Amino acid sequence: MSDEAVKLSARNVWKLFGDGAETFLKNHPKPDSSKLNEAGLVGAVREASIDVRQGEIFVIMGLSGSGKSTLVRCLSRLIEPTAGEVLFEGMDLLQASERKMIDIRRHKMGMVFQHFALLPHLNVLRNVAFPLEVQGVNREKREKRAREVIDLVGLAGRESYFPRELSGGQQQRVGIARSLAVEPEIWFLDEPFSALDPLIRREMQDEFLRLQSVLKKTIVFITHDFDEAIRLADRIAIMKDGLIIQTATPEQLVLEPASEYVREFTRHIPRAKVLTAGSIAQPAADGTELAGEVPAGAGIEDIADRVESAGLPFAVVDANGDRIGVIDGRAIVDVLIGRER
Amino acid sequence: MRLLRAISPSGWFWIGAFAISLFLAEHAKSWSRAHDMRWLMDTPRAIRFPIKDDISDFMDWLVNSATFGLFTFTQFTRAISWLIEQPYLLVKSMLVTGWVEGFGDNAVQLLPPFSWIAVIVTVFAMGYYARNLWLGLFVAACFLYLAIFGQWESAMVTLSSILIAVPIGVAGGLLLGILAYRWRWFNLAISPVLDLMQTVPIFAYLVPILFLFGFGPVAALLATIIYAMPPMVRITTLALKSVPEEIREFGLMAGCTNRQMTWKVLVPAANRSLMVGVNQVIMLSLNMVIIASMIGAGGLGYDVLTSLRRLDIGGGLEAGVAIVVLAIALDRLSQAFADRNPPDHSALPASPVRRHPWITTCLLVALGTGLAGLFLPALQTYPRELWLTTGDFWSKLVEYINVNFFDQIEAVKTFMLVTFLVPVKRFLLGLPWPWVIALLTFAGWRLGRWRLALLVFLMSLFILVNDLWDKAMVTVYLVGVSVIIASLIGIPIGIWSAQHKRADRIVAAVIDTLQTLPSFVYLIPVVMLFRVGDFSAMIAVVLYALAPAVRYASHGIKSVDPQLIEAGIVSGCTRRQLLWRIRLPLALPEIMLGINQTLMLAISMLVITALVGTRELGQEVYIALTKADTGRGIVAGLSIAFIAIIADRMIAAGAARARKRLGLEEAR
Repeated sequence: MSDEAVKLSARNVWKLFGDGAETFLKNHPKPDSSKLNEAGLVGAVREASIDVRQGEIFVIMGLSGSGKSTLVRCLSRLIEPTAGEVLFEGMDLLQASERKMIDIRRHKMGMVFQHFALLPHLNVLRNVAFPLEVQGVNREKREKRAREVIDLVGLAGRESYFPRELSGGQQQRVGIARSLAVEPEIWFLDEPFSALDPLIRREMQDEFLRLQSVLKKTIVFITHDFDEAIRLADRIAIMKDGLIIQTATPEQLVLEPASEYVREFTRHIPRAKVLTAGSIAQPAADGTELAGEVPAGAGIEDIADRVESAGLPFAVVDANGDRIGVIDGRAIVDVLIGRER
Repeated sequence: MRLLRAISPSGWFWIGAFAISLFLAEHAKSWSRAHDMRWLMDTPRAIRFPIKDDISDFMDWLVNSATFGLFTFTQFTRAISWLIEQPYLLVKSMLVTGWVEGFGDNAVQLLPPFSWIAVIVTVFAMGYYARNLWLGLFVAACFLYLAIFGQWESAMVTLSSILIAVPIGVAGGLLLGILAYRWRWFNLAISPVLDLMQTVPIFAYLVPILFLFGFGPVAALLATIIYAMPPMVRITTLALKSVPEEIREFGLMAGCTNRQMTWKVLVPAANRSLMVGVNQVIMLSLNMVIIASMIGAGGLGYDVLTSLRRLDIGGGLEAGVAIVVLAIALDRLSQAFADRNPPDHSALPASPVRRHPWITTCLLVALGTGLAGLFLPALQTYPRELWLTTGDFWSKLVEYINVNFFDQIEAVKTFMLVTFLVPVKRFLLGLPWPWVIALLTFAGWRLGRWRLALLVFLMSLFILVNDLWDKAMVTVYLVGVSVIIASLIGIPIGIWSAQHKRADRIVAAVIDTLQTLPSFVYLIPVVMLFRVGDFSAMIAVVLYALAPAVRYASHGIKSVDPQLIEAGIVSGCTRRQLLWRIRLPLALPEIMLGINQTLMLAISMLVITALVGTRELGQEVYIALTKADTGRGIVAGLSIAFIAIIADRMIAAGAARARKRLGLEEAR
């Protein structure tokens, strides 16, 4: 994954709310929060830099007020950042003309909203076809495409329903279908499942992973739910008070939290779901009797049963088949019950 | 003692100011006379700058000499009238006159208008389509009433005006509202204009409209549109602003251009709120029909007016009731359209005839009754022999009341006049103007700092230099007295109904009806029972302006956070304590807004009560109308508007402060 090309990146993006934000930032590069307070400004996003790679699910996680929604709106330029660059396929979006921006949004971006943002006066079919309609695609063609994506999200047969006739989960499926209708290259999801009940949320997360396994989109996913982030993300950026505190894979976050704040989040995460065999493999003396081999990338949860019941350690091998260590039943139990060694 | 200590320093200040005012009102007049300082009571000659003649001169210039080079200004305005007249004539032909060739006795009807049956079937279909069978039947019954009571032709003339004025008002309001939403500067520029359009009484601009657009239905239509459009503009801006941010963002992300954003995303998403605006335009237009009939709109309003002039009580009442019936029918119909959900997902039949069964039926009925009407005229026009009239009954009833209860009515009237109305009037007229202006300006400064203070100062100065001070004070007196009485009646009713479900339903129905009635209608019974004068005017104003006091009070009490009520109950409050310590203080801002609305309605009713002989600014406007004096009417109209604006801004600022103090600012 890590060698894929960077699709979207933010370089030192700032968003300050308040009068005279722009000139203030010009005169005081990199102000800290006390300086901002003095100037009567609110630093919604401060010095944010991220790289989103082709085909990955990049989650931005933060509690309410952390600036995550502002950041994603800066990335799609729904909000004009105060300073910085947003590079999409190497082009600075902030320099794009209005015309160009409309063009990019029409063909390359899709967005799913927390409260669905469906147009109440249109039925499912016309809602999904709407982005194509504003492009001027003819009716037959756009409705054909809309039916395809409606089918994809499992709403076939509901084309003529109106949003108010659907449940929350179904409405969000419409929202997802609509954002996919234009075959976007980058897909923004702004807390798409936060407004749903926990059971539905889980179902929608599974559905989302299934879709992604088919579509392989480049995704920026916003959430305030750390469990959701861990479950879905290839990489996670954690935000607090407008700053990005750490950007890492779920496993790295658990193993090496950058601060007490991040550790606090990871404390309640079942480690077996996050850690891989490679990260807990122990060096072993030669000649240890082994029960077999497990790949370094395998999740602990998936191999636990096998290793624990075998009674003998397993060799952990990397992608080239070279042995990097061993793993035994005790190590698995340590992870499962959260015992520090 | 405890009570005295509870009063804050600013409270003491206002009590002191009031005491000084009382003293001044009693003695200032004689004192100023004795010391030869009469300028204290009356506008001094040195600062009189009446601008009414300048306005009249400007109007003359506009009508007689202004030119765009190729054509004159008058030609331009007459062209506009012609343009508006065409659709009006078309609708009128459809509903009233039919298509006629030739004039006078030689006229030959080429095509009859839609038959009464066709119109009733159409409104039934609309009601059925918009909500259900019952609404359809209700609306049909309303129209049937018009036919049976012989009001059909006048009602259709009125309906034609409405059918033209409403689309123009709605479209204009929508466009202006969208512009105000898009551009902040436009919003800033247009809000004072809207304020004036809503507060300057329509009589004030009838004269210039007559000069520019000629006497007749078009001038009446234009006046109606000016009067009915402002709420549409405001509601549009508000509705667009309250479209959820996410929907707007979705529009951007879908790559909408500005135009697509407006017409494909924002306007349809705001549809429901916009329909409230349409309903407002309809109701205000209906409210306007009588006044419009004075400059040649004809219709029901004209019937009421002529009956009033002839003192034909029964006739006036019948035409008045017909307006009410028409108003209620149109109100319910448009509300049903506003509440209507788009159809469910059921599949649509393919053939256009079957897809629109109602339109097809209506067309068939129109055609059928039109053809059959050639042989059987009763199908075309409701037969005169079957007319019912209750005019005699009403005349007799009023006569009976007047004969048998004259003394009681007279006693009530005299009591109110002597103990309340006259003292207030004397108090206000006795105040020297420098004191009033100073006090108002100071109050403005307290509530809204220098901005409001300056506004209040300039506006009251305008009234002063145009030598309308006394009349303005009588206006304030009449409005003030009416608002106090309306509040004393309305607020307790609102509070009471908010706490009793069944009462609430009844009160809501009564209030709804009161609000649907055109303002003129209130005058008829009041004048019959109390004859002309301040007391009658006050009663009419109170009736007309009561609704918002009740409605806002009830809404304010109902929207108090139930958790706070529960907290009160848990702390062991009695019902009385709950009301006085929790509900009322928290509902106060809302109640103040209700009083504000009551005040606005009362001021707008003034001009109409001028017809029953009050001596205030409304009468000044009315006199200007009869003398076709543009300047005089506009200056008096502006003065009324300024009084309204001063009151509105002060109360709004006060309510905002109260909300902030209670921490409710975010809640609204």
